[in-house]
Amino acid sequence: MRDVAVIGVGMTKFGELWDKQLRDLFVEAAIQAIDDANVDLKDIQALFIGNMSAGLWVEQEHVGPLLADYLGVKGIHTYRTESACASSGVAFRLAFMSVALGLYDIVLVGGAEKMTDVTAPESTHHLACAADREWEAFNGATFPSLFALIARRHMYQYGTTREQLAKVAVKNHKNALYNPKAQFRREITIEDVLESPIVADPLRLLDCSPISDGAATVIICKAEIARKFSDTPVYVIGSGMATDTIALHDRPDITVLYATVKAAKEAYKMARVEPKDIDVAEVHDCFTIAEILAYEDLGFCKKGEGGKLIDEEETEIGGRIPVNPSGGLKAKGHPVGATGVAQIVEIVTQLRGEAGKRQVSNAEIGLTHNIGGTGSSCVVHIFSRSKR
Amino acid sequence: MSNLKIGTQVAIVGYGAYIPIYRIKLDEIAKVWGDDPKSIKRGLGVEEISVKGPDEDQVTIAVEAARNALKRAPEVDPKDIGAIYVGAESKPYAVKPTASIVAVAIGASFALRAADYEFACKAGTEAIISCIAQVRAGMIKYGLAIGADCSQSWPDDILEYTAASGGSAFIIGRKSSNTVAYFEGQYSVTSDTPDFWRRDTVKYPRHMGRFTGEPAYFKHIVAAAKGLMEELGLRPSDFDYFAPHQPNGKFPLRVAKMLGFKPEQVKPALIAPWVGNFYSGSSITGLCKVLDQAKPGQRILLVSFGSGAGSDAFSLIVQDAIEEKRHLAPTVEELINRRKAYVDYGLYCKFWGKILM
Repeated sequence: MRDVAVIGVGMTKFGELWDKQLRDLFVEAAIQAIDDANVDLKDIQALFIGNMSAGLWVEQEHVGPLLADYLGVKGIHTYRTESACASSGVAFRLAFMSVALGLYDIVLVGGAEKMTDVTAPESTHHLACAADREWEAFNGATFPSLFALIARRHMYQYGTTREQLAKVAVKNHKNALYNPKAQFRREITIEDVLESPIVADPLRLLDCSPISDGAATVIICKAEIARKFSDTPVYVIGSGMATDTIALHDRPDITVLYATVKAAKEAYKMARVEPKDIDVAEVHDCFTIAEILAYEDLGFCKKGEGGKLIDEEETEIGGRIPVNPSGGLKAKGHPVGATGVAQIVEIVTQLRGEAGKRQVSNAEIGLTHNIGGTGSSCVVHIFSRSKR
Repeated sequence: MSNLKIGTQVAIVGYGAYIPIYRIKLDEIAKVWGDDPKSIKRGLGVEEISVKGPDEDQVTIAVEAARNALKRAPEVDPKDIGAIYVGAESKPYAVKPTASIVAVAIGASFALRAADYEFACKAGTEAIISCIAQVRAGMIKYGLAIGADCSQSWPDDILEYTAASGGSAFIIGRKSSNTVAYFEGQYSVTSDTPDFWRRDTVKYPRHMGRFTGEPAYFKHIVAAAKGLMEELGLRPSDFDYFAPHQPNGKFPLRVAKMLGFKPEQVKPALIAPWVGNFYSGSSITGLCKVLDQAKPGQRILLVSFGSGAGSDAFSLIVQDAIEEKRHLAPTVEELINRRKAYVDYGLYCKFWGKILM
């Protein structure tokens, strides 16, 4: 396998972007990445696009050719991936594999989702399509309620507190203050979280990531030509992926996301690093409990000690293992199909040392963790400023 | 381009509002639907809303408002009213005008131009514009413009917490020493924005949640207000009052801030916190409340908003006659605070006609 490097990143602002359609979002992010990488459109050999459900949200399928058309790259190879909220994490893995295996030298990989053209109940329905329709969704379970079950069990099994969950949202909102592309750039307090309306007990509104529009893209190439385009290429040193049962109730322990554990194990092995080597991570905090689970399942702490890790402020910028300096899904926003690549955009920005006031100092190795559904799919990538 | 420097020719001769005596508290609605009343009331800035009585509908509200307007225009013979336009989105008849019923109720002439307007919550100001134009053109001596609604909302929809009943009426004529405020300018904007609608034969409207805010209400009100101010060479500080559409108690204050108005300029117009949203009658009842307290020479900015979407902005200058006329009919404050009868959700449903048998 050949080494692969990220040479360009692009991302729209995340939020309620009423005047932008799916195609506008993607093209805006793609042009940023192309400019950043200093590549010509004709150098790009393929597009890999993660998108969860344009069919439901904007009644548009055939997303690959559509976005290629609007980007002005007629004739190009396009691949669209769907793995719920991990759609663009999967797109990145496929793109990485295709370059590593020598099929392409330079490709563009992105994710885009347009979620605000429908009402909130409709969006909730579309998201619930990523759960088990027969056994979960038909019985009224939506993602807030499924993650509420996980949270409740985690609290029971490990003594995790309501305040500890709130601290995740407080930290991520604080980080987003310094991210100009974040949806929510305002600080919140633990009290704000605890007094926000209940969505699914024990999760409240400020425990939940928002419904967002947005797109993110990166350009990757074979490592040997990376320096032709970028002075600060960031290398992909690990990639892992795994799946788990689609329904939560089929798992022996719902406080463990098996897919995260397995995908992380694969990625760490490929990268020849351990959890303690990670300097900065972007994890999938679709709900505050999901970030606590990620701490544990990625090996940043022992099982059951995620609450303690946030209490000790170890995941703050400046802590032992800063998590979600971008603001995470909670505050940066969560246009589901764009999230996986948006996490990569942040880690590359951090490793380049270009993250401004939210910069994690001396970041050499970074990790992205992107899950689909309740963790029925998971993609983990590890990046480094230097080759393996 | 839709703008007009009206000069000093056309004015409000008389104005009147009407609000039913019945109220329902938001706590009562929240109790039925299992919502948290505290967060609902905090989010909307509304405490209670008016409810039409069992013998009231959009027509009776329009008639009551018209009669109050006539009380403030004792010099006007209803036979001299040449046009009646009623803005509404809750007409009891899909086909058959409310305007013709109002005409008979107030004793208007058989020789009369009349029609109903629909443009969601801004149909009332569209009625005013028609009257202004016809008075200015010399086609009529007086015009009667009304905006009134028994606002519709699905049960268990967030709209149910604000959709209320009420309206206002204005007699428009040539500016004179008898008129209470004259129109200085008018500016409108319209776009195809599907934020809120009701399809034919459907009882209640649908809306697009948060989409009704930024790209709809705020965008259009800001554009119309700025357009008018630019046209007239005025700034927010040149106005004493700002009366925007009031879908709830929060939006008017937010849009005021966006435009650079101080809370003191918009608060005198507020009605939504105590009676809710009258749809076509909302912004203009806010205008009535301002006229109830304004002094001669003061300037008012009125900006309606109708989903679908558009806004009509007006600049008005208050005249001397306001002092002697405002007490000829109940003020909006009096209508809000007069003897109130609170209903529970069951009676509210019965009065409103939400129970289908």
